[in-house]
Amino acid sequence: MTAVLDHGGDAPLERIALVDLLDRLLAGGVVIAGDLVISIAGVDLVQVSLRALITTVRDELLPEEDRP
Amino acid sequence: MTGTPIAGGPADTTAVYLYGVARHLDPAALGDAAGVAGAPVRGVTAGELTALVSTVALAEYGEAALRANLEDLEWLEATARAHHDVVDRAAHAAPTAPVRIATIYRDDARVAEVLAAQGERFTEILDLISGRSEWGVKAYADPEAMRGDDIPDDIPADPPDGGGADPGGGLAPRAEPLTGPQPTGPAPAPSSGGGVGTAYLRRRQQERRRRAEAGRRVGEQADTVHAELADHAVASRHHPPQDPRLSGRAGTQILNAAYLLDEEQVAGFLAVTRAAGERLPGIELEVTGPWPPYSFIDTAAATPAREPGDM
Repeated sequence: MTAVLDHGGDAPLERIALVDLLDRLLAGGVVIAGDLVISIAGVDLVQVSLRALITTVRDELLPEEDRP
Repeated sequence: MTGTPIAGGPADTTAVYLYGVARHLDPAALGDAAGVAGAPVRGVTAGELTALVSTVALAEYGEAALRANLEDLEWLEATARAHHDVVDRAAHAAPTAPVRIATIYRDDARVAEVLAAQGERFTEILDLISGRSEWGVKAYADPEAMRGDDIPDDIPADPPDGGGADPGGGLAPRAEPLTGPQPTGPAPAPSSGGGVGTAYLRRRQQERRRRAEAGRRVGEQADTVHAELADHAVASRHHPPQDPRLSGRAGTQILNAAYLLDEEQVAGFLAVTRAAGERLPGIELEVTGPWPPYSFIDTAAATPAREPGDM
């Protein structure tokens, strides 16, 4: 489903970048216990999915290409 | 509202997905909003609070399925976008506290229970975010700024490391020393400072030092920009740097932060951001927003700015 919702006049027209969305949705919002265990353990799961998707780019600040 | 029959399937195969909690929300504001998996969004109301929910299939949102699905980028994207669309639409109509993605309840009655039990907490959160929005600012250093070509070679040297020593300090010697004769061809005449290997290493070291220095300089600029922006916000929060594979962005991301703004701060904040971008060559600032205040729910983890009265 790719419903395009009417955001009102002041929303940016371009599509929101997934990476910006994940910054906020995976780490933000009110954390409350749901009825499924997953919601309580959600933080761990988020870390798992983050590990799979996102690696820090901080390494790029280091001269890593000099590594063997 | 209790025990609302769930449309779309027997209760033991469905559950209720919670997007967020709004205060004084006019249900008409939701319109025909579709939630995750395209299901219609409805409100579960208790007093002045309205929980935004939709029905989901346990086959997709049950614990085991969620575990697998959350690691599926395509699924995660569809769910994240739907979650955001619902929260965003509500946030334009009334103060709305988003909840963490994939918070699932058995049925509407359970959601009503949670609203009643957590009402005070939601009220506190809603008090904090009412009339405020979140703005994201990312800064990128262009590759030239990161190379540090303009940095002289004579910046202080690291202690000599003996050429090719294990940087981790391990005891195992390298199988192939970086110095010494090349296996093929005649070696070029050695320079005055030593063999060709030594000259090569020196060049690499200088390059490495220039890059480290450039990284440090750029990091300082990012800190300066952040401090300036935080001065024009109610609160701020850093996100981890984004993976370029996800952002599709060239250049090194040196800042990824969120700022909570009062409505009347927005214009000034955007002007300050624009000015900073124009002032700093080699650094590009990117602004996103307004966002529902996702990053400012956990108030303990956010950095409050100075109170307006302090200034």
